[in-house]
Amino acid sequence: MDYRTVLTTCTYCGCGCNFYLEVLDGQVIDTIPCKTHPVNEGKLCIKGWNVHEFIQSPKRLKRPLIRRDGVLTEATWDEALDYTVSGLKAIKDAHGSDSIAFLTSAKVTNEENYLLQKFARAAVGTNSVDHCARL
Amino acid sequence: MIEKVRERVRDLLSSGEVKGFLGLSNKYGNTGPHLFCDAEDLDGLVIGDWKGPGDARYTLNKQLIHIARKYPDDVFGVLVRGCDDRGLKVLYTWNQLNPEKVVPVGIACSQELADACECRKPYPDDFVAGEKVEGRAFASVARLDALDVAGRFEAWLKEFSKCIKCYGCRDVCPMCFCKECTLEDDRLVKNGVIPPEIPVFHLTRAVHMVGRCIDCGLCNEVCPADIPLRTLYKKVADIVDEEFQYRPGQELYAKSPLNILMQPSSTG
Repeated sequence: MDYRTVLTTCTYCGCGCNFYLEVLDGQVIDTIPCKTHPVNEGKLCIKGWNVHEFIQSPKRLKRPLIRRDGVLTEATWDEALDYTVSGLKAIKDAHGSDSIAFLTSAKVTNEENYLLQKFARAAVGTNSVDHCARL
Repeated sequence: MIEKVRERVRDLLSSGEVKGFLGLSNKYGNTGPHLFCDAEDLDGLVIGDWKGPGDARYTLNKQLIHIARKYPDDVFGVLVRGCDDRGLKVLYTWNQLNPEKVVPVGIACSQELADACECRKPYPDDFVAGEKVEGRAFASVARLDALDVAGRFEAWLKEFSKCIKCYGCRDVCPMCFCKECTLEDDRLVKNGVIPPEIPVFHLTRAVHMVGRCIDCGLCNEVCPADIPLRTLYKKVADIVDEEFQYRPGQELYAKSPLNILMQPSSTG
């Protein structure tokens, strides 16, 4: 038997609520908000309370998908990145940098967000950067 | 206090009486639930007094149910306060835990915590640490009862209107073990719609706390909107006690009034 309570930070938004994931024999079975963490003091929103449900969901996207002939098909990361790069390049060449916008996420780290805006501004040449927390 | 608990847990683990002890541990700079399986590794064990008495209490009984469902033949120890002890009695009665497979290690709460909780019995039947302190009456209920009906209704609607429908009260509740939850029944509570309809949402839950709520107050503590749910369920418990002379967790295997109500009528 292997029972663990693993303290971690919620990935749903940028608040940084902490909870314990209850893990029984390798299966994540429940979420327990951390009472002593200064950010959430034992409280969570409905999304945080249900975090354990998506981790092992069979619907979870684990590999890149490329839409080929209207059908989403699994691809390797190299294929997906090549496809994206060529697509972005083609759009930029045909319509200019400002025809492209970037939508980043409140669920990723500060550093990843920095990286994306840097890519948008320095590599693609647009200031159109936004994020999901504005929704 | 903690030394006495640690000593008892060490004995239970080293004698093999329990396979594990579900308690609280200081780890990663926070206090949270932890299953202790090694008698020599009890340094992190705490009773949940973080900055004040009992401010880091968790639903250990709920976690115990998770473990017991998968390992029904093994015996586990669990840290209990007065409220958890009441909870165990109700969970045994409702066949959610097997009393032969649970070894409670009790601690009595301080007077300060008993006062803050307005706890009627701030100690388990048996405890290894702490001292028996006085139980308290439900002063928060009395304060609301002093208002007239319109005043009370207005006060509760004001509280319920703060609800963000996080379901935290349901999710944290050690007595909420149903596989299907009425609060997810579309006929009573519209799925995917916020804010919840008031007072239906809260009163539905309050009615479901009849014969269940053991007044641990964890729902109150997890509520992001600070709705005084504990006071609401204390009131429900008072009404049930008055009408049916029943309080959840007071007595082992006492039938909840809902069992009586569900009996088919003898007159057909």
